[in-house]
Amino acid sequence: MAEWTMSGALGRALWDALAGDERVLVFGEDVGVSGGVFRVTAGLQEEFGERRVFDTPISEAGIAGAAVGLCFAGWRPVIEMQFDAFSYPSLEQVIDHVAKMRMRTRGRVDMPITIRIAAFGGIKGKEHHGESPETYYVHTAGLKVVVPSSPLDAYRLLRHAIADPDPVVVLEPKARYWGKESGDLSAEGAGIGRGRVLRTGEDVTIVSYGAMVTRVLEAAAVLAGDGISVRVVDLRSLAPLDEDLLQRCAEETGRIVVVHEAPRTLGMGAEVAARVMELAFDSLEAPVARVTGWDAPYPPASLEDGYLPSVERIVAAARETVAY
Amino acid sequence: MDAPGHWGGTSPTRVLEPDGSAAGDTDVGLAPDDFRAMLRWMVLARRLDHECIALQRQGELTVYPGFEGQEAAQIGAAFALAEQDFVFPTFRELAMAMVRGVDPVRYLWYHRGTWHGGPYDPRATRFGPISIPIATQIAHAVGYALGQQLDGTDVVTVACFGDGATSEGDFHEAANMAGVWGLPLVLFCQNNGWAISVPTSRQTAGEIWRRAEGYGFPGVRVDGNDVLAVYVAVRDAAARARAGEGPTLIEALTYRIGAHSTADDASRYRTEDEVEQARAFDPITRFEAWMRSEGHVDDAQMLAWSEEADAFALSVREALIAQGPPPAEWAFDWVYADPPEPFLRQRQEALGG
Repeated sequence: MAEWTMSGALGRALWDALAGDERVLVFGEDVGVSGGVFRVTAGLQEEFGERRVFDTPISEAGIAGAAVGLCFAGWRPVIEMQFDAFSYPSLEQVIDHVAKMRMRTRGRVDMPITIRIAAFGGIKGKEHHGESPETYYVHTAGLKVVVPSSPLDAYRLLRHAIADPDPVVVLEPKARYWGKESGDLSAEGAGIGRGRVLRTGEDVTIVSYGAMVTRVLEAAAVLAGDGISVRVVDLRSLAPLDEDLLQRCAEETGRIVVVHEAPRTLGMGAEVAARVMELAFDSLEAPVARVTGWDAPYPPASLEDGYLPSVERIVAAARETVAY
Repeated sequence: MDAPGHWGGTSPTRVLEPDGSAAGDTDVGLAPDDFRAMLRWMVLARRLDHECIALQRQGELTVYPGFEGQEAAQIGAAFALAEQDFVFPTFRELAMAMVRGVDPVRYLWYHRGTWHGGPYDPRATRFGPISIPIATQIAHAVGYALGQQLDGTDVVTVACFGDGATSEGDFHEAANMAGVWGLPLVLFCQNNGWAISVPTSRQTAGEIWRRAEGYGFPGVRVDGNDVLAVYVAVRDAAARARAGEGPTLIEALTYRIGAHSTADDASRYRTEDEVEQARAFDPITRFEAWMRSEGHVDDAQMLAWSEEADAFALSVREALIAQGPPPAEWAFDWVYADPPEPFLRQRQEALGG
């Protein structure tokens, strides 16, 4: 069985999408000749040529805007934002046009744009290289937002994103680019809008996504030693949320903990807590707990460990929730 | 009479002088019927513009941005394009839209609050959605032009924008990309002197057409109130683009006679004298004067067009007023091609049933 890094699996997804649909284009900063700062696009230009895989000037708004125009001309653009915080110049294009253009044209022009963003922290990066921008995108109607947590699922989600007729933001957790997983790559299986249960359990459900999923699994193992049975849910899809799965977990375990790197206020934890209350309030046996980054800017590398949810914080929150 | 202040500096290219006399060779490759078609559209467009302002005052339109004074720029440009070419407009290009074949009633759904963006079919009319976020549509034009270049078509893409847009990052990003990639694109700037209340002199210290040099392609400055000069400038730029010679930046000097929109009171920031002075450079008066001197039109023709314009404006008014609010489902119907389940549940919550 082949072993894949997430970077390699994402690159393979791009390769297969380019090979499978001649209208797919891949472009962004350093994605062509160099193959991307995280090597995701390595080898693509050599294989598919400069017409279909190309470097752009450093112009995030221009990249996103050009993707809109390419959709008018019947292309299927996959664009890269090199780092989370560098995607912000493109927000006007994404919010005003990418997300709304299908509605604005009364369905006459689809926006099958995939926006890949190297996102989140945990790599001891420079400032502006560790942000969690998901709320901006999730809050924008018209977009779909996914976050893979493992190589095989990264392949599947990116293939689904590119095939989707609507714009999809793929937030790639930088901290997981080099994590490995063995198996065969396949686009088959759960698509956008579906979460997955990575560990079964009955006492509490811990909901997370991206790089935090690994820590949640570690925490679940620690808690198992205490006799606490933890169900681990990888959301995968932040927009839309898998409401059915959240409802089922709330009903079956009665206790929910949400873990994410993003600041607490208006983070995904707030939305998960609200949905769980709306869908399964009577099943809840404890308040929904949130283990998150702080409502402070992402700190320098030397302070990163105190900012990101640690295994210890996750374990403590789960214990409190179970003991409530 | 002095020209508007922002016309200072480099002299724009002209076919006709402001008084309607020939500035040089008036043989621009058009026949008298073409000239008449241009003037007729200018008369119709201005009449409709006035009607729209009246419709807004009567509560039949929401805020409306008039284009009086910019008829030559828009209609001259539209005439220079081939049928397959594609225009990405701002929110002030109704005259150009009409010439490109957009149904004005459908277009005005936008200002009636019936629908956002492109109530008409942008693909069929080859006229992009109305774009309000300043300069964003220039990047769309770049993408469209790139798509044409990749497909090897002979389609020319036109990006419309104003003087204010040249201060935006999107203008720079788009123009720069167009230069790097040598795209078949015409960057068509109508410099009308005002970005709401801010004059061009407070928008940029340089001349807009000169920016092109920095991007590595030609720029031209044209008298935007001279319909024939605009026609020539856009025709030549489109020919360059079609021949694979890359983009051109055109700065068309014009003047916004009206306020920024019906919600704007221009007397707060500019004098009536300035506007009166600009009226001396009126594009319709100029072209009509030349047409009369050449014998292409006479009183009877002008009267006939005036009557046609009244009837046209009335027909647009009646069709617009007959347009009620759209069905409530429209708030949800086209958001997604593949709508997610939670979204569909909200739709049901909103609409009942």
